[in-house]
Amino acid sequence: MSLPKNLLSLRGVRKAYGDNVVLDGMDLEVAAGECVVLIGASGSGKSTLLRCVNLLETVDDGVIELAGADITDPRVDADKVRSGIGIVFQAYNLFPHLTVLDNITLAPIRVHRVPRDAARARAMEMLERVGLADKAAAKPDELSGGQQQRAAIARAMVNSPQLMLLDEVTSALDPELVGEVLDLLRELKSEGMTMLVCTHEMAFARDVADQVCFLHHGRPLEIGPPAQVLDAPREARTQEFLRRVSGTTGR
Amino acid sequence: MTTWQPSELQRERIAYRRRQARRSTVIALVSSVILLALVVVGIGSTPGWPRVRATFFDVHRGWEALPVVAEGLWLNVRVMLVCAVLIVVFGLTLAIMRTSRGPIFFPLRVFAAAYTDVFRGLPLLLVIFLLGFGVPALQLRGLPNQAVIWGGAALVLTYSSYVAEVFRAGIESVHPSQRAAARSLGLSYRQTLRFVVLPQAVRRVLPPLLNDFVSLQKDSGLIAVLGVIDAIRAAQLETAEDFNFTPYVVAGLLFVALTIPLTRLTDYVARRQGWYGGGGGPV
Repeated sequence: MSLPKNLLSLRGVRKAYGDNVVLDGMDLEVAAGECVVLIGASGSGKSTLLRCVNLLETVDDGVIELAGADITDPRVDADKVRSGIGIVFQAYNLFPHLTVLDNITLAPIRVHRVPRDAARARAMEMLERVGLADKAAAKPDELSGGQQQRAAIARAMVNSPQLMLLDEVTSALDPELVGEVLDLLRELKSEGMTMLVCTHEMAFARDVADQVCFLHHGRPLEIGPPAQVLDAPREARTQEFLRRVSGTTGR
Repeated sequence: MTTWQPSELQRERIAYRRRQARRSTVIALVSSVILLALVVVGIGSTPGWPRVRATFFDVHRGWEALPVVAEGLWLNVRVMLVCAVLIVVFGLTLAIMRTSRGPIFFPLRVFAAAYTDVFRGLPLLLVIFLLGFGVPALQLRGLPNQAVIWGGAALVLTYSSYVAEVFRAGIESVHPSQRAAARSLGLSYRQTLRFVVLPQAVRRVLPPLLNDFVSLQKDSGLIAVLGVIDAIRAAQLETAEDFNFTPYVVAGLLFVALTIPLTRLTDYVARRQGWYGGGGGPV
C-alpha cells in the first residue's frame, strides 16, 4: 500500500439497498485541511456517502481510508474510528434530555475519559467559540434552530476530530439563521479543519470549498475547484442541476 | 445493476464476516452445552436429588394429575380472557380520564388518580376477600353470588389500575408535536386522541401490557381462595392425597406453555407491522 497522501480516500465505494444502488463505484480524495463540498440532487448518494465514512452504514464494496488506514475492514474497531470523526446532522440530533453543556461533555467524559471538570471547561470553551456560552444550562428545545445547530457543531468539535462530516446542516434552518452557522463553518475551515460537506448552499460552496464534487447516480460526475464546477461546468447534467438550484433558491 | 460482481477485497470481507459468524455460533453452542452439563451434573449429584425427583418430577404421577389440572386451567383461561377484555376497557378509560385536559374534567382526573393510587396499593388478595366474601354477605337482592364472578371483579379492579398507568405512560410518550399537527388539521381533541395519539401510544406499550396479562394469567389462580377450583387449586388437591408435588409442576408447565406462544405472537405481529421503531443501520 502506498503512503497516504490524503486524509480521506474513497476508492470504488459501493452501497446498495436491495436493488437501489445508491453509491456506485464512488472515488473521492480529501486532503488534510481541505473542504470538499458534495452537491447533487436528492437521492444522488450524498448523505449515504457521509454515513458510510462514519461507519453508520456498511459498504458493499470498495475501500475507505482515513489517514492511511482502511476503515472498511471488518476487523477495525468502528467505535474508535467514529470517535475520531465529527458529524453534524441536518436535524441537529441533540439529546433532548440533556442540557447543552451535557450534550457536549457526554462523549469526552464517557468515551475519551476526560475528567469531568476538564471536560466542562473545554465544553465551555467550545460554547464560547460558537457564541452560546450563556446557553450552557439550557435544554436543546429552548434554543432556536441556528443555536441548536451551533451547539451540535460544538458537540462534534469538542473531541478534536481529524475530519468533520456535515450533512445538510443548514437545510432545516430559517434563512436568517443560515448565516450564523455558515460563518462558523468558514471559521473552522480557516483554522485548518478537514471537512466533507453536503449542501445546497451554492454560495457557501463557492466561498469555502477547495473542491466541489457533483454526484449523479452515486458517482462523482464532475469534480474540481468551485470556479470550474459551479461557474463553468462541463457536464450537461451539472449544468442542468445548477440551473434548477439557482432557479429555486436564487443563490 | 446485475452486472456488479464483488471485488476480491469484498469477497475476502464477506468470507471474514462469515467466519466470524460461524465462530460466534460455535462459541454460543459450546458455552451453552457446558453450562447445561454443569447444571445437570451439579443438581444430579446432590445427595437429595433422588428424593426431590421423586417428589417433584414423577412422570407417572404427573400424567395422572394432568386431566384434573388441565380442567382447572381451563377456568384460569376463561377468567383471564374475560377479565383481560374488561381490564383493557377500564384501563384505557382511566388513562384517558387522567390525561384529559381542561378544567371541566378536573373531577375525572382526580377520580382516575385516586383510583389508581388505591387499587395499585391494595393487595390483590384483600380485594378478592372483600368482594368475594364481603359483597355476598351484604345479602343484596339481584347481585350474583358466584365466587368466580366476584373474584374476576377483584382482578379487573386491581389490574385496571396497573394497565391504566401503562396506557398513560404510552399516551404521554407521544410527542406534543403530533397533537399539534393533528389539531392544526382541524381534528378535535377526541379525534386527535383516537386517530393519532392512541395508535402510537398502544404500539409503544404493547410489551409492558403483555407483561401485565401474563401476570394476570397467574394471578387468576388467586380466586381459588374463594373456593373455585383452578389449576393451582386442583394441583393442591391432588398433592394432598400423597404429598407428591408433581401436580404443581404440571400446572406450572401448563402456565408456561400458555405464555410462550402469546409472547411470540405479539412479537411477531409487532415486528411485522413495524411497531418497534425503524431500524437505523448497523448502529
